[in-house]
Amino acid sequence: MTAATTPASKPGQTTTLRPRARLAVAAGRLVAWGSRVVRFGTGSVIGGRVSLLIDKNLLSELTASRNVVIVSATNGKTTTTKLLSSALATSRPIVSNWLGANMTPGIVAALAAANATDTAVLEVDERWVDSVLRATQANTVVLLNLSRDQLDRTQEVRKLAEQWRVALATTPPRTLVANADDPLVAWAALVAPNIVWVGTGQEWTADAAGCPACSGRIDFTDAGWACSRCDLQRPLVDVAITDGVIAIDGKTITGELALPGRVNRVNAAFALAAASAMGADLDQAFDGLDDVREVAGRYRVAQLGNTRIRLLLAKNPAGWHEALELLEGPSTPLVIAINARIADGHDPSWLWDVAYERIGQRFVVAIGERRHDLAVRFRYGNINHIVADDLESAIELVRQSPSYDPTMPIDVASNYTAFQDHLEHVGGVL
Amino acid sequence: MTSLPTTRPTVSAVRIVSLYPDLLGTYGDGGNALVLSRRLEWRGIAVEHITVDAGEPVPDSADLYLVGGGEDGPQVQATRELEQSQGLHRAVDNGAVVLAICAGMQILGHRFPDANGTSRTGLGLLDCETLRVDRPRAVGELLTTRAQLATPEGIIELGPLTGFENHAGRTIPGSRSQTLASIEVGEGNGDGTEGVVTGKVVGTYLHGPALARNPLLADALLGWIVGASAITPLDDADIESLRTERIQAARDHELAPRRSWRDILRRS
Ligand SMILES: [Zn+2]
Repeated sequence: MTAATTPASKPGQTTTLRPRARLAVAAGRLVAWGSRVVRFGTGSVIGGRVSLLIDKNLLSELTASRNVVIVSATNGKTTTTKLLSSALATSRPIVSNWLGANMTPGIVAALAAANATDTAVLEVDERWVDSVLRATQANTVVLLNLSRDQLDRTQEVRKLAEQWRVALATTPPRTLVANADDPLVAWAALVAPNIVWVGTGQEWTADAAGCPACSGRIDFTDAGWACSRCDLQRPLVDVAITDGVIAIDGKTITGELALPGRVNRVNAAFALAAASAMGADLDQAFDGLDDVREVAGRYRVAQLGNTRIRLLLAKNPAGWHEALELLEGPSTPLVIAINARIADGHDPSWLWDVAYERIGQRFVVAIGERRHDLAVRFRYGNINHIVADDLESAIELVRQSPSYDPTMPIDVASNYTAFQDHLEHVGGVL
Repeated sequence: MTSLPTTRPTVSAVRIVSLYPDLLGTYGDGGNALVLSRRLEWRGIAVEHITVDAGEPVPDSADLYLVGGGEDGPQVQATRELEQSQGLHRAVDNGAVVLAICAGMQILGHRFPDANGTSRTGLGLLDCETLRVDRPRAVGELLTTRAQLATPEGIIELGPLTGFENHAGRTIPGSRSQTLASIEVGEGNGDGTEGVVTGKVVGTYLHGPALARNPLLADALLGWIVGASAITPLDDADIESLRTERIQAARDHELAPRRSWRDILRRS
């Protein structure tokens, strides 16, 4: 957990809180410290939990005197939170939970460690939007997309959209920034009073074929989408991305981002739209975006022995759809890793929903606990592949391949827990 | 979708239809069409894969139809459209092969429960019916004993079936149907058996890309179309490695069925 302000430099926060909240914060810190001492992790989540046990309204208290913005989505919420934090940090002090502890305990832990008036940029798990919005009365909410994530709980995508809709109707934010090209998000968003629609040109539509309003069929065209039965259709957009150029508030933003790929232009557009809604100057905000070179290890180029590797994360079919944009160009060998632990979803059937064929003739080494599932997927995709036991032996196989180019980092694309393993392997986040 | 001739010329590609992947296809079901297509191509047999979305006419002259898994709402809509079209019914009458996965199997039976638990009339192409039962969803690895298909030409050995299941409801096979195997690990039909077969219509609770892990089942379906003699051996080394690993995982209860997704939400 990283806060923009460290505990040592933050006087004043606890003195403004009620005694019970102060006790809760102190107890949480003690537990977090204890957890770190016994090397249980950063301790922030467990510390936050203890704090909430003592004062269940702590999140409301900790956000009573700050401006709060919530960012949620299936994909891109961590990156967009980081981008928005960076964009806003050029004009005001901010606190964020951008390392992925995105439920109430993690958020409480991050906020407790910051100044009471710092603007809070909160990444929020899709299922926690309702309770975090209610507790924080956030001024600004950013909703990027909803798609299937871990398969064995997917029936919930539509229910999530419904939850979002109810949350936005019950606790309407001053401004909602929402994806006009995701029918599930658009339907949930429409109840909000003031919406900034972002036209993302989202290509992944497989999870939204059924209309969330009437279960009719949604027809997708180049111009947008519309339900074939009811009047739900793509709203007119306020912020548009065309061929990588972001058009916002009458300006066009053409500058390069440090983060690669179409998907990060989209994330940047959401960050700029939110920053603008929060009163930030656009040019200044865009300068902030450029400071972001990696997000919690994603896109990091790391040294592994005498080889450089580039770490990429793709958690689900929609995420892979974007990641393949980065993988389909080159001809050098690459490594793909798949696990199926709880955080990944126990069932990797979704591998068959990913067009790995886009990798083309590249030689792929399959690793991870479900490397054999990957190998069968590649076999049926006529993809040139081999299976290896771990990252080290995969790198060795890549280096022996005739198409290996030592001047280029080796792409290692992984799903969630495999990515965490690799990040740890090259030295962790900080 | 343009209209198709009702009979297939003698020398032409094997025609595989994916039915309504926009409604039924939430679990990587597209994998089955890919597996079948490749196993034909690798044997030098031409294949034509046709995708029919909801609202489009269902051709009645294809060789093999794939009906995928899906959620409750789309399941009912797919049933309505297939009932109105009757294309799949005519195809089955003409001897077409059908593979129906999970929700697909349920709607092909005589009756199935909708989202509210109300019993709905199914398509009646599989002799079985599915009831709602008051127990948690079956979610986890599914492993059977050695599966078999009894056909007029003899018994086809399918080996143990392995896959993942994720469904509610119990399916009761009728007297005109056979099951594929007995359960070793998991839930299956709910009575210790797995799968329902009526003629050349095959239903299974192995969800999603069921054929990826079960090449003998894929080849049995294809054999019905191109003849058993055309089913020549393939290099299935990758698939054997996966099967060995997953069968062991199921026996170790690595992914024993869990209560429900709500349990996962309680994780830190
Ligand atoms: Zn509609």
